[in-house]
Amino acid sequence: MAVTTYIDAIKEGIWEEMEKDESVFILGEDVGIYGGAFKVTKGMLDKFGPMRVIDTPISESAIVGAAIGAALVGMRPVAEMQFIDFISCAFDQIVNFAAKCRYRWGAGVPIVVRGPSGGGVHGGPFHSQNPEAYFFNVPGLKIVCPSTAYDAKGLIKAAIRDPDPVLYFEHKYLYRRIKEDLPAEDFVVPIGKAALRREGEDLSIITYGAMVYKALEAAEALAQDGIDVEVLDLRSILPLDEEAILTTAKKTSKVIVLHEATLTGGPGGEVVARIAEKAFEYLDGPIVRIAPPDTPVPYSPPLEEAFLPQTKDIVAKAKKLAAY
Amino acid sequence: MATDVIMPQMGESIAEGTIVKWLKGVGDNVDRDEPLFEISTDKVDAEIPSPSAGVLLEILVPEGKTVEINTVVGRIGQEGEAKSAPKAAPAPQQSEPAPAPAAAAPQPAPAPSPAPAQRPAQPAPQAQTATQAPQQAPSFVRSSPVVQKIAAEHGVDVSLVEGTGEGGRVTKKDIMTYIDSAASSAAPISTPAQPAAPQPAPAPQEAPSAPAPAAPKPAAARPAVVASADDVREPMSIMRKKIAEHMVMSKATSPHVYTIFEVDMNEVVKRREALKREFEKEGVKLTFLPFFIEACIRGMKEYPIINSSVDGETIIYKKTVNVGIAVALENGLIVPVIKHADQMNLLGLAKTAADLGERARTKRLVPDDVQGGTFTITNVGVFGGAFGLPIINQPQAAIMGIGTIVKRPVVIDDAIAIRPIVYLSLSYDHRIIDGADAARFLTVVKRELEKPAGV
Repeated sequence: MAVTTYIDAIKEGIWEEMEKDESVFILGEDVGIYGGAFKVTKGMLDKFGPMRVIDTPISESAIVGAAIGAALVGMRPVAEMQFIDFISCAFDQIVNFAAKCRYRWGAGVPIVVRGPSGGGVHGGPFHSQNPEAYFFNVPGLKIVCPSTAYDAKGLIKAAIRDPDPVLYFEHKYLYRRIKEDLPAEDFVVPIGKAALRREGEDLSIITYGAMVYKALEAAEALAQDGIDVEVLDLRSILPLDEEAILTTAKKTSKVIVLHEATLTGGPGGEVVARIAEKAFEYLDGPIVRIAPPDTPVPYSPPLEEAFLPQTKDIVAKAKKLAAY
Repeated sequence: MATDVIMPQMGESIAEGTIVKWLKGVGDNVDRDEPLFEISTDKVDAEIPSPSAGVLLEILVPEGKTVEINTVVGRIGQEGEAKSAPKAAPAPQQSEPAPAPAAAAPQPAPAPSPAPAQRPAQPAPQAQTATQAPQQAPSFVRSSPVVQKIAAEHGVDVSLVEGTGEGGRVTKKDIMTYIDSAASSAAPISTPAQPAAPQPAPAPQEAPSAPAPAAPKPAAARPAVVASADDVREPMSIMRKKIAEHMVMSKATSPHVYTIFEVDMNEVVKRREALKREFEKEGVKLTFLPFFIEACIRGMKEYPIINSSVDGETIIYKKTVNVGIAVALENGLIVPVIKHADQMNLLGLAKTAADLGERARTKRLVPDDVQGGTFTITNVGVFGGAFGLPIINQPQAAIMGIGTIVKRPVVIDDAIAIRPIVYLSLSYDHRIIDGADAARFLTVVKRELEKPAGV
């Protein structure tokens, strides 16, 4: 076993799938010669050649459209959005075409659309977003947001092998900050399964992506005050692991839903609704959401820090909820 | 800011009232304390004064409709003021700039809440919140869905659980701690329901009473009730349920002990004869009752423990004596209270008792009339009983029953004489009153009643 960063875990996952399955190929802006803006695809051109590592024009719609076409004739394309913010340019291809093909014709579209999402790196309003909520309301899609290197690798493999479109939102803040020993053997992380990152009795924080680490830090701090926090990492946003959500909600009776997507219409609202509908009788307090305010992601570092949920914010809200 | 007008509580056992007539229409100006609407309840009919001055903005409950007490029936505010948003739960306590008289205010008189007395040993690190909470929310305990669920599963009355959450809220942790500690101490956990409702003057004996605690779970299972086809099944009325609850609560709260004295009423008969005419001039029919009240007051002055209440582990000696008089009604009982009875002479007592009795029978009592009692007298002799063993009217400490006055042969100075004899029974809370105290008190009562007329 070797220590693998989050970003290398993504790369290894794609690499291994490409080695294993000739129908797997990648396409995107600067993924070939340049090796990708963040170097996720570095070395792939040399290894797999220009037929399987395709530099494209700057058109996300064209990238996804081409991927869908290839998928419909039996390929398994992995399309990179240089920054996930630009996935909106491919919105129609994704929601009206990829997501609906199986429903209309029984034709699965096994594409992966992946890219760096999230803030914390002073990228400003066009390079820091979390677009999962835009796609959350689209039947036919799957959305994953890994937080660990293990999940990054296991989920990219699961996404590539999935017979339907999967949006893979990796978090750029975690790329080189998160690393772990990964098993040498092949493994996947099933889509739609959450992971319990910390067990606790007093309250649950349900989160995903980079916020998992904020939640864990907050849990450590809260433990000093005798508040025993459970942290559930959703890993997949669509479909939600409802069973895991309800299990932790019923266990602790107090729930915080935390994410980096902005508050209104964020995926957290759906988590809250499921709990309110299906675990109401187990609640011992209001379900609390923690998310950035409804503004674009600020460029200014102090403003961005204020915008993103910080450990101290989580600690403060958790204390209030624990005392409720 | 509009003021809510609520259906007042017209007696402890009264759970609902009917709006008979609105005396003001929407848009009418109304002064504070000006009669606003008429209501009718099981026991009392009354005109309800306005809680504040302003314009009647809204009538929420039309004439003829029966609603629960504390329901908001209308709103008073300033002209042009928007109708206020409906409140989800009408709070029994309203923050009015100037509280209306008792008729409109459901709050009890300053009598202590029975709550402390019947709270069993609690894991009470936050005694403060416990005593505050009931005052703020007489019959509403703040908790959460999971607490309600756990309470239902374990048969726990949430109002008994110490709330450590925000604003005294009972949290899941609180109820789990409570259940664990109750289990380890084998204490009953499902005792009184709603003990938090401060209800000053519940009725004695069968008197209907306030939202009162439910029965504690009996240790042994109650045998099943077998009803055959020709038996009649009748659901209890609300009043009957309240009576049942209060009586069970009282018995569960206070270990009752009884002492009975025989009193020679010869001298009282003489005094009554002598005063009868004089009282008639005042328009008062003199009964025996004022004599009993007077004698009891004298007894309580000498033995104040009789006129007391238990508050947790504290005994509260009442400064004034407010004597509740049980009055039988067609379908129950009510206990109007002679306030400051200890400051009245015989005429005052007679007048007040007659007035309260008359108004009780004609359903014209106002809520204040039935609140604040500190001791109760019930006349079991009215219906021929030699004596009765009444149940204490919580949170009072004692109740006296008066039997029927019967001429009996008694031995006086070794001769047999015929004397009007009455049996006085005192039921008292043995937690604070011992047999000797009760006997001393009754000795004074007897002495007062038997003292020679003319003295």
